[in-house]
Parts: sequence; structure tokens; C-alpha cells
Amino acid sequence: MAEFKQADSMYEWFDQRLGIDKFLKVMMTEYWIPKNINFLWAMGVLLTVMFTILLVSGLFLLMYYKPDINMAFDSVNYTIMQEVAYGWLFRHIHAVGASVVFLIIYIHMFTGIYYGSYKKGREMIWISGMLLFVLFSAEGFSGYMLPWGQMSYWAAYVITEIFGGIPLIGGDLVVWIRGNFYVSDSTLTRFFMLHVLLIPLAILGTIVLHFYALRFPHVNNLDGEFFDYDAEAKKYLDGKKVESKVVPFWPVFLSKDFFVLGFFLLFFFYLTFFHFNFAMDPVNFDKADGLKTPAHIYPEWYFLWSYEVLRGFFFEIAGISGKSLGLIAFAVAQAVFFLMPWLDRSPMVKPANQRPYFKYWFWFLMVDLIVLTIYGKLPPTGTNAWVGFASSITFLSLFIALPFITKAEGKKVGGK
Amino acid sequence: MKELKILAVLAVLVGITYYGIEPYAHHEMHPPVAPADFTYNGKQEVALYTKTMDEKLVAATENVAVQTAELAKATDAKAKEAITKKLEKAKSEVATLPETAKAEAQRRTDFWKTANHTAALEGNVTNGKVLVDANCIACHGIDAAGMPMAISNADAAASYGVVPPDLSSAATIYDAKYLAAFIASPVDAMHIQEKYSPESGKTFPMPSYNWMQPQEIADVVAYLKSLSVKKLEGKEAHKATFEAACGRCHSMQYAKFESTTPADALKTYMGTTPPDLSQYIKSRGEHYLHDFINDPQALLAGTAMPRVGLTEVAQHDVIAYMEEIGDPKKDERISLGIYTLAFTLVFAILGYLWKRKIWSEVH
Ligand code: HEC
Ligand code: HEC
Ligand code: HEM
Repeated sequence: MAEFKQADSMYEWFDQRLGIDKFLKVMMTEYWIPKNINFLWAMGVLLTVMFTILLVSGLFLLMYYKPDINMAFDSVNYTIMQEVAYGWLFRHIHAVGASVVFLIIYIHMFTGIYYGSYKKGREMIWISGMLLFVLFSAEGFSGYMLPWGQMSYWAAYVITEIFGGIPLIGGDLVVWIRGNFYVSDSTLTRFFMLHVLLIPLAILGTIVLHFYALRFPHVNNLDGEFFDYDAEAKKYLDGKKVESKVVPFWPVFLSKDFFVLGFFLLFFFYLTFFHFNFAMDPVNFDKADGLKTPAHIYPEWYFLWSYEVLRGFFFEIAGISGKSLGLIAFAVAQAVFFLMPWLDRSPMVKPANQRPYFKYWFWFLMVDLIVLTIYGKLPPTGTNAWVGFASSITFLSLFIALPFITKAEGKKVGGK
Repeated sequence: MKELKILAVLAVLVGITYYGIEPYAHHEMHPPVAPADFTYNGKQEVALYTKTMDEKLVAATENVAVQTAELAKATDAKAKEAITKKLEKAKSEVATLPETAKAEAQRRTDFWKTANHTAALEGNVTNGKVLVDANCIACHGIDAAGMPMAISNADAAASYGVVPPDLSSAATIYDAKYLAAFIASPVDAMHIQEKYSPESGKTFPMPSYNWMQPQEIADVVAYLKSLSVKKLEGKEAHKATFEAACGRCHSMQYAKFESTTPADALKTYMGTTPPDLSQYIKSRGEHYLHDFINDPQALLAGTAMPRVGLTEVAQHDVIAYMEEIGDPKKDERISLGIYTLAFTLVFAILGYLWKRKIWSEVH
């Protein structure tokens, strides 16, 4: 064991044992971030803050929530919303937070796609990020079931039913997921377990992986420029702060994030207190009733685009039923973003608007996703169904075309 | 500045998406209906009726075309006979529908005209009391006149299907024209003619007093108006109105209020259990309730819930009560919200100043 000399201060005492000095340097004051970035690079920190807010508000809710189909609805809507002091506040923060976190995730993801931050060494950042997206989706879905309102029940019913379309094992799989033949108490208790324990644990672990994956390739920048971090860091430490292309995570990078966070929180709290219906659907204030199908069933807004890909195929093509086609398209939609680093065959790491072909692809995708999202909520009748079909086909086509488009782009720019 | 431009692009994309999935989608899923109308002159009801019958006629006409085509295709004699029968029926429907619809529309218009006329008459309280004592208290209690219900709620529910409400506040909470209409023909006033159609074989538990002269009905209304009920204010008034108007069918669990009619009796009487209204201010919202209570059929065609004929003030009380019970933290939410936003604004500005200071060194 190393020799420990008498510590002169509390700080030193801890430093001897935990290496605080070194730790802070590595994590904060000498963790280098490029200077040439904009507010979109603050989304990661916003997500970290949002996750913390969700975790803390969730703990308060957990103290009063009762995972039982006979008690769940009232434990949320009466006990928490009316009896517990500021229980309503935690519920609003949690429910609105769960919705807003997806808005930020989407911005974060599409920022990554726009600036090409998923390739040339950043593949693991991307993959871990997509894992977080999947985990957050599972967290959002399981959480939405807990208040046991009409939409909780029927969204759970419809979404679990989707798995029934899988050949051979479908029927058994649905029963396995629900723990019963229909959505019931056992479904609620298992999704409760997932929501409050298993998925949050997995998210925590994956966030650590995501951050770790950032260490070696470093964060991308506005021009997709690759440079020598050690040399730039040395410049900074030597006092050439203006000339250096990097800044330390603390305090320089974070000071900007705090500023962005402040205005983001203003937006978030406005929604929490004054404009929450989009996140707390009124229909869900009707108690779950398995015998009373609501006129319109739709998932939370952040699932609408993939839900629409599922619904888009509503008729048989080449002897395959619409249901099966939808399921296949849905499965592809879930997985395809994972493949971005390999579908993009162009060597360019540049903002999309500076890439001759990719820019069209990117904005096309944005428009298509918005159309899918909106039509995912509208009743799938008449022309709506056809718009859904066309935009689903477009979505799949975009990803089939991506390797060819980017390959051609690579040729055009000649490997730059 | 470049970053503001990016922010603007972001705001546009998010704004379009939001517009599509909230205001636009809701508009598509719940097309607007005629707003609540407290005139009680039957105009909206008749317009709705005429529209429904027109739709029925279109459907029937289509059916004739369908059956005719079927008949042309059919080869088997037996099938032909069956289709011919259906065709005859459809044809006779097409032939008679316009006439029946017109007659019924006229009948309803006249009905409300009479009710309006009745309500305008000067009533005689003494005569009204005689009529009420002879006709109404067999079923209804009138606490304000010292005449409570003669039998228990359970027995009343067993006899009439639903507990007849106490009439003490009837003249305050129900519109006078509605009340006159209701006494003359409850089914017409409540706009539940469909449920109690001659073909249904059902009879409404309260008789129609259409044998009474308009003057006599006006006397009954005058007597009910003369009853001195304790004037309540604010929340107490809201609660009392709710219980008098809705309490025979609906519970309000979060206020520990149970419907006076037992739940299983209600299910038999209504064909469906009236929902507990604790959270309906949230699930339906004030706007929907405002239109729905005034005329349920306009929003939920064929619903078992009757029109209850409240005055605008009484209906306002009912909705206020639903909000007091369903969303009691609203005031706290708004005031805390304002403080939180003010505090966050300070935080954001400090964040901005701090960022300016730090970044001035590296730029
Ligand atoms: C045979 C029993 C019976 C008699 C007699 C009777 N009622 Fe009723 N009344 C009922 C029942 C039952 C209801 C509740 C019906 C329902 O809600 O479906 C009712 C409801 C009412 C209502 C509430 C209407 C509304 O819109 O909610 C009023 C007002 C009323 N009666 C007045 C009278 C008056 C005035 C008389 C005498 C002229 C009378 N009733 C006689 C059984 C009776
Ligand atoms: C005679 C019984 C009766 C009375 C009185 C009555 N209701 Fe109802 N109400 C019902 C029934 C039955 C339903 C269920 C209707 C359905 O599911 O179609 C219902 C449904 C409702 C609904 C839900 C509508 C929806 O969109 O699903 C609301 C809100 C409501 N009532 C409010 C009221 C209010 C407020 C009052 C008093 C002013 C009232 N009701 C008086 C029987 C009644
Ligand atoms: C709760 C979930 C998440 C948290 C807490 C989180 C956190 C962070 C943080 C702190 C950063 C560094 C700062 C920044 O560039 O914003 C970052 C970068 C990144 N994240 Fe995430 N992230 C999450 C989800 C995702 C998802 C869903 C994706 C997409 C698949 C993703 C992809 C990326 C990429 C590509 C980068 C690098 C950006 C660049 O190099 O410019 N992350 N993340």
C-alpha cells in the first residue's frame, strides 16, 4: 500500500484517497470540446438534465403509486394529484418531461445526422445513442400504461397486439408479453417493474457507455473538421485561448449549456404548468375499460411516425397481407437508424447542406417524418390512408436509396 | 445570427408537427357541433333531426340501388324472393321517410312553441299546489315544502327505475320553458324520443301531463317557483346544483358522493352505467361539457344520457363543481407556475451573462 502523509485539509484527505484532482481534470477542466459548435451541441446536456428530472420526479411518484388495476387510476388521479402536497407538480413534471425528452432526443439525433456525427470513428457514439433511444421508447411506453386510463389500456392493447403478427410464435409471444390472454393486472405489474427498475438501470448504464464512447473520437464540430486535440489543448493550456480550437468542458462548454438550459427550462416549465394536454392526453383521464373501445386510439406523439409506418400498409400486396407488410416495415423502421453509419457511404463529414446529394436526402426525410407523425394521429380513412401508405413507402425508399446516393456523392467529391 | 436562424428552422419544424398532431388532429377527430343553446325553442333539435333523417333517406336510397343490383344478379328463385322482400321494404322506406320526417319535425316545432307559450303565462300558486299535491308527490319529494320522499331510494329505484329527484329547486335550476315542456312530455323535452319510440315498447316512468291545460302547467311551475329554498353561494351552490340535477344518475367519487339511484338499478334503467364524473372536467374539458349537457344527442347520437334542461347559470354551477372536484389544484398550479417561470427567467439571464463572461476569453 502507498504511503499516506497527514492531510492538511479535508480536500487533500479526499484527494489522497479518491484522486479528486486528477478526476476533475480528466472529466471536467481538461476534457476538451471543440470551440466551433452551436447550441445544438447542448442537447446532450439537456438530455442528462431531463433524465435527472425524470428520475427525481419519478421517485416521488413511486412513493404513492399503486400498481394494481383496481387502485392505479385513483392512486394517480386522486392520491397524487389531489391529496399529496405538490403531488400534482411531480406528476406534471414527470409526464411533460417524458414527452419533452423525446423532442430533445429527436433534435439530438437529427443534429447527429445533419452534421454526419455518426461516422469515421463515431460509430459507437451513434450505436449507444440509438440504444438510448430504444430504451427511452420502452420507458415511455411502459410508463404510459401506469395511470391505467383508457389510452393506457388501449395503446397497450394495440401495441402488444402488433407482436401477434410475427409468424409462428406471434400468438404465444403476445400472451408472454402480457402475462395473460388480454391486457390485465399481470401486464400492469410487469410493465411497472420494467418502468421503475430494469429500464432505468439499463439507461443509466447506457448513458455511461455513450459518454465513454465520446472520449476517443471526441465531439464533432460545425465543419466536421478533424484536428489534433493534444496540440490544440496544449495551446489552450499555454494561454493561447483565442487561437486554440478547443475549450474545456468546465467551465467554458458548460457555461454555454447553462445558458441554453435556462431558456429550455423556461419552455419546459411553461408546458408543465400551462400547456400540458399534449403530454397528458385528456382521454387518459377516463378509467381503463376493456369493454369500451375509444373512438380513436393513438400512441404518444413520439411513436406516431413508426406507428404510421405500421398502419400505412393496409392492403395486400403480392399475396402478403397488409398486416404482415406493416409489421415488416415497422421492424425495419425501428432498426434502420442503427445502420446510419454504414448506409451513408460518402466519406464526407460535413453539415448536410454542404453535401451535394445528402442535403436533399436529409430534408426529404425530415418532411416525410413530419407527414408520418401527423398522419399517424389522424383517423386512417379515405385519403388519409393513402397519404400514410405513400409516406411509409417514401420512408423505406429513402433508406434503400441512401447507400446509392451517398456512394454517388463520394464519387463526385472524390473522397473528401 | 446563424444560431437564431437554426432556432427558427427548428421552431418551424416543431410548430408544424405540433399543429398537425394537436389542433388539426383534434379538429378532424371531433368535428365542431352547434354550440350550446339555452333558448329552448326546439330549433336546433329540429335541425339536427332533419339532418339525421336526410342522411337516413340517402342511406335508404342507396340500399334500394344495392338491392336492385343484387336482384339482377340473383339466379336462384329462393334468393330472389328474399331480395325482393328486402327491396320492397327499402322502397317503402324511401317512399314514407320524407313524410314521416316532415310530420315529426312539425310536431316537435309545435311542441316547443306550446311550451314557450305556456311558460309565458301567469301561473296561480294556490292552484299549482293543488295540482302538485295531487300529481307529483306520489313519486317526488319536495323538502322545501316539508314533504320528503315517501319511500326509500332503493324502493323508489325499484319502482321507477331511477330515483325521482326532489323538486325543491326544480324551478331554479331548470329553465322555465324546459320545465313546462317536461311536464307536458318528459320524453320530448329530454330529447330521448328514439329510446322511447313506439317500437321500443318502453314507457318513461314519469307520465306525460299533456292532459293538463297550458294554464295548469303554468300553475305547477308557478308553485314550484314559489317554494323558498335556502339561497346558497359559491361552492355550496355548485355542489347543490350538481346533486339536484345529476345526482340521481352520476356519482362523484372524489367528493365521496354516490348517486341516489343504486348502480345496478341504473344499469338496468339506462342500459349502461352512467360514468363517475370525478375526472370528466379533465377528460372532456369545459367546452365539451358546456355543449354536451345542454343537448347530449348533439354530440353523442343515441346516447342514453337525457337532456336535463338547466338554465345557463345552473349549468355553469355544475361545470364549476366538476372543476372544483376534478381539478382542485388549478389555482395553485397557475400561481406556482408564474413564480417558477419568473425564477427560471432569472436563471436563464444569469446563465447568459455568465456564458458571455466566460466566452469573452476564448473568442
Ligand atoms: C310515476 C312517478 C312520477 C310522477 C307522478 C312524477 N314524476 Fe317527475 N320524475 C319521475 C322520475 C322517475 C324522474 C326521473 C326520470 C329520469 O331521469 O329518467 C322524474 C323527473 C322529474 C324532473 C327532472 C327533469 C330533468 O330534466 O331532470 C322534474 C322537474 C319532474 N320530474 C317534475 C315532475 C312534476 C312537476 C310532476 C307532477 C306534475 C312529476 N314530476 C310527477 C317520476 C315521476
Ligand atoms: C337520467 C340519468 C342521467 C342524468 C340525470 C344525468 N346523466 Fe349524464 N349520463 C347518463 C348516462 C346513462 C351516461 C352514459 C352515456 C353513454 O355512455 O352513452 C351519461 C354520460 C355523461 C357524461 C359522459 C359523456 C361522454 O362524453 O361520454 C357526462 C359528462 C355526463 N353524463 C354529465 C352529466 C351531468 C353534468 C349531469 C347533470 C347536469 C348529468 N350527466 C345528468 C345518465 C344521466
Ligand atoms: C437520454 C439519452 C441521451 C443522453 C443523456 C445523451 C447525452 C449526450 C451528451 C452529453 C453528448 C455530448 C454533447 C452533445 O454533443 O450533445 C452526446 C453526444 C452525442 N449523442 Fe447523445 N445522448 C442521448 C441520446 C442519444 C441518442 C438517442 C442518439 C442518437 C442515436 C445520440 C447520439 C449522439 C451523438 C451522435 C453524439 C455526438 C455528437 C457530436 O459528435 O457532435 N444520443 N450525447
